[in-house]
Amino acid sequence: MAEYWYFKDGFEAKAREFLANAPEPDLNLEFTVGKRDFVNAGKASAEIKLSLKRIGVEGAILRTVAISSYEAEINCTAHADGADILCNIYSNLVHVIFHDFGPGMKDIEQSMVPGFSTADDMVREMGFGAGLGLPNIKKNSDVMHIISGEGERTYLEILTYF
Amino acid sequence: MKLVEYIKEIKGQVLTKVPHLEEVEVENGYASDLLSDVMGSAGENMAWITIMRHLNVVAVASLAGIPIVVFSKGIIPDEVVISKANEEGIHMISSSLDTFELAGILYKQIHS
Repeated sequence: MAEYWYFKDGFEAKAREFLANAPEPDLNLEFTVGKRDFVNAGKASAEIKLSLKRIGVEGAILRTVAISSYEAEINCTAHADGADILCNIYSNLVHVIFHDFGPGMKDIEQSMVPGFSTADDMVREMGFGAGLGLPNIKKNSDVMHIISGEGERTYLEILTYF
Repeated sequence: MKLVEYIKEIKGQVLTKVPHLEEVEVENGYASDLLSDVMGSAGENMAWITIMRHLNVVAVASLAGIPIVVFSKGIIPDEVVISKANEEGIHMISSSLDTFELAGILYKQIHS
């Protein structure tokens, strides 16, 4: 299994402390997205965005979380056999975890390169598969963490501070 | 610039019934059919010009905060897509012009 970390400048110390402590969230949401289910993919992201809006999170951050979640949701439906999605909301941050059902990533670093894609024709016809999903997640998160390997379930977590 | 001025210029057909169409302002635009590219680049007060007509277009517009989708080449999405756009408050317009022409007219109108 390989691991990938991205921390926006100034976020590493507090994010590592948060992840090590794993505190109880104020609100917890759970979803499942199915393989190739492009009709329902996006519902979890919409629900997460709405929940954050309700607690007064500002528009620019709502957009950031919505984009990173949606890209991840599409990855789970387009490239994996679906996924369990867990969203923990705190007073100062949102922690979204995508634990897919495999088949895992061969090379995480390569998948992070804009333009690299393993998408097939069906995914491309849907308007995805440009190789911008993971780079967009990185661009729209404070912390991004991936654990994956060929034939394994991929674990992706995203932290966004308010 | 008012969206209705653009609709008039491109002889656009308004597909949705989102209220207050006359008051909608367009400040910028983006033309792309790659959804991740759109999410990374388009946003508030923008008109997004595309030939993509799948339901994912509504999800992308809604999540990225894009208020207006303009379909080029006379493309009209399925009723389920239009109805979802109505629910999400996203204006959908169809024009027989192609993406190049639609983007050119929008650019000219915004920057004149």
